[in-house]
Amino acid sequence: MKLITLKVDNQPVQVEAGTTILEAAKKVGVEIPTLCYMEKINAIGACRICVVEIKGTKVLQPACVTPVAPDMEVYTSTTAVRKARNLTLELILSNHPFECLTCIRNQNCELQSLAETFGIREVRFPGENPPYKADYSSPSVVREPEKCILCRRCAAVCDKVQTVNAIALQERGFNTTVAPAHHRPLAESVCINCGQCTLVCPTAALHENDEIERVWAALNDPKKHVIVQTAPATRVSLGEEFGMTSGSIVTGQMVSALKMLGFDKVFDTDFTADLTIIEEGNELLHRVKTGGTLPMVTSCSPGWIKFIEHFYPDLLPNLSTCKSPQQMFGALAKTYYAEKMGLDPADIFVVSYMPCTAKKYEARRPEMQSSGYPDIDVVLTTREVGRMLRQAGINFTALPARDYDDPLGISTGAGVIFGATGGVMEAALRTAYELVTGQELSSLDFNDVRGLQGVKEAAVEVGSLTVKVAVAHGLGNARSLMEAVKSGSADYHFIEIMCCPGGCIGGGGQPIPTNLEIRADRIKAIYMADELMVMRKSHLNPAVQQLYKEFLGEPLGHKSHELLHTHYQARDKFLIPAT
Amino acid sequence: MDSIGCQCIEESYSELEPFIAQYAGQQTALITVLHKIQETLGFVPYDLQVKVADTLGVPISEVYGVITFYAFFSLKPKGKYNVSVCKGTACYVRGAPKVLTALEKELGIKPGDTTDDGNFSLEVVYCLGACGLSPVMTVNKDVHARLKQERIPKILAQYGE
Repeated sequence: MKLITLKVDNQPVQVEAGTTILEAAKKVGVEIPTLCYMEKINAIGACRICVVEIKGTKVLQPACVTPVAPDMEVYTSTTAVRKARNLTLELILSNHPFECLTCIRNQNCELQSLAETFGIREVRFPGENPPYKADYSSPSVVREPEKCILCRRCAAVCDKVQTVNAIALQERGFNTTVAPAHHRPLAESVCINCGQCTLVCPTAALHENDEIERVWAALNDPKKHVIVQTAPATRVSLGEEFGMTSGSIVTGQMVSALKMLGFDKVFDTDFTADLTIIEEGNELLHRVKTGGTLPMVTSCSPGWIKFIEHFYPDLLPNLSTCKSPQQMFGALAKTYYAEKMGLDPADIFVVSYMPCTAKKYEARRPEMQSSGYPDIDVVLTTREVGRMLRQAGINFTALPARDYDDPLGISTGAGVIFGATGGVMEAALRTAYELVTGQELSSLDFNDVRGLQGVKEAAVEVGSLTVKVAVAHGLGNARSLMEAVKSGSADYHFIEIMCCPGGCIGGGGQPIPTNLEIRADRIKAIYMADELMVMRKSHLNPAVQQLYKEFLGEPLGHKSHELLHTHYQARDKFLIPAT
Repeated sequence: MDSIGCQCIEESYSELEPFIAQYAGQQTALITVLHKIQETLGFVPYDLQVKVADTLGVPISEVYGVITFYAFFSLKPKGKYNVSVCKGTACYVRGAPKVLTALEKELGIKPGDTTDDGNFSLEVVYCLGACGLSPVMTVNKDVHARLKQERIPKILAQYGE
């Protein structure tokens, strides 16, 4: 490894050859501003905000893509640099709508904070505005092209991380825009609703479909019995909406806050995560015993489901028929819970608090009404819940911890780890091992399937069978695993796929920013939350056992099939417009 | 599509299909393939966009992005006479917008469109490499320089039938 010595703002620094000026500057405590840059994903030097002066070169160079050289002297705040940055900002702002006060990203916008930092007080150039209207077609993601600064971060994530390519750069000059092919609405594109673009958009050109007003209306309707379920990953991220450090575990405060908002009951998706393990585990055993389609692939992640429907329709028989925990919860809330409470399901309003934008789409799939009603009424993301709690003036960080309500709030650590990549697999292995062998596991931690590596594999002895498993997160990784399955080179029994990098803790509805470090913090918190649980195996969840006794009968039984299982449909991956 | 005539479309497709097929899996051949389609048909129809995307393994959003980026490609059949108006910087400051307005008025179409009789199509391009002659436009391969809006009807009349 070759080391290079250079000076940044007169401070000597030594870095590896190939390091960019941007990284070298960080080492001496200088944060060069960036807009279009995303490490490893979008290093294209397009926006020119990061320009610096290098002694001996005539023109300013973009720090994000310029590698260091020996004895280089870099200056990051000279008059020329500051002038160039201000001009660039002014030009970006020249066709930007000045709607900050009414914008969903007000006070959490990279363009706004750069304009503030650099003291832009006027914009001298009235620019030509692109002719595109906002696109509200998708239940998950809203596009506001006039707020787009063409940084390409969304397109880079959609391409390089998710390999979906629903959106890309279209047209040229003033007409340039990021859009689906043929300018189709997002809802009529291959967009899988993951919302990763909303996490990386520096402005509000792409953002979640905000549905909090529908929830406020339900909470204020005395006829409605309004209940909420909270996804595993929400308890390790909601704190960030209130300035807490990433990886803060806020389960108890979250329950308190939701009760203060006026929910009649606060339940936990972890409960149906445990239930998923029982149903899915039995499905897997059934497939192994009867020679069914293997590998079986998990079906919890709605972004992944739409992805496989578009891009690997041949592999749909490999998907578990289990609904996601969110949808199992909804179906049970309006049947089992309604019966138990003596409520008319028509009066029950089920809110689902998820880290995910794709869950909004999933809830609206026509097949998700097995209770006779929409199983889920509204899905809120972490950003929306944060907004509601701020509107209600709830001092989140000062709240006492409270417990979930019974019975749909009783869960295990196995349910919690659904929030991190590898968690469903680990939860399944904990249960499968004990149910098949009748022996207790000596250690519950399956470290091979944990962590941020793109594709993980493990082989686990379960009785006489060596169960081979694989885990992928991020659809680019899922794609390579599916190619292996398709070519027959993968002999796994069971595969877990999570659409978003890091799993649900990195979901498209999570707080902004969500980056690699923050994902790692949240994952650590998930496993800590698991360890804090009294019960850590799904099959020991007493509420799930009671559910089978009182209502479902047996796993994969008639009622389960009706309420907890679903089917999929092949979709086109090109979707040409009708002429 | 009417302006192309019917039987030649089928012939063109039977020529284009094997051409596209020989680039199976080659994402870098995108422009080469689109070029051939444009040359053969005068535009790149939706079904061939899909065929190209599928055969070469390029996302449809990228295929469309490339077609709409380069002025050379068009999504609709071009007219017998294709009018390209330069709106590059030099032409822009020397009055290209006025020229364009005059053309739109005279032809009754917007950029990207073709007249109903299939005679004229209109498009905006960014730099024809003739900035010294700005504002400039081409009609097929003829270059018309130092344009003024008043001259537009007369220029078009040369091509009208």
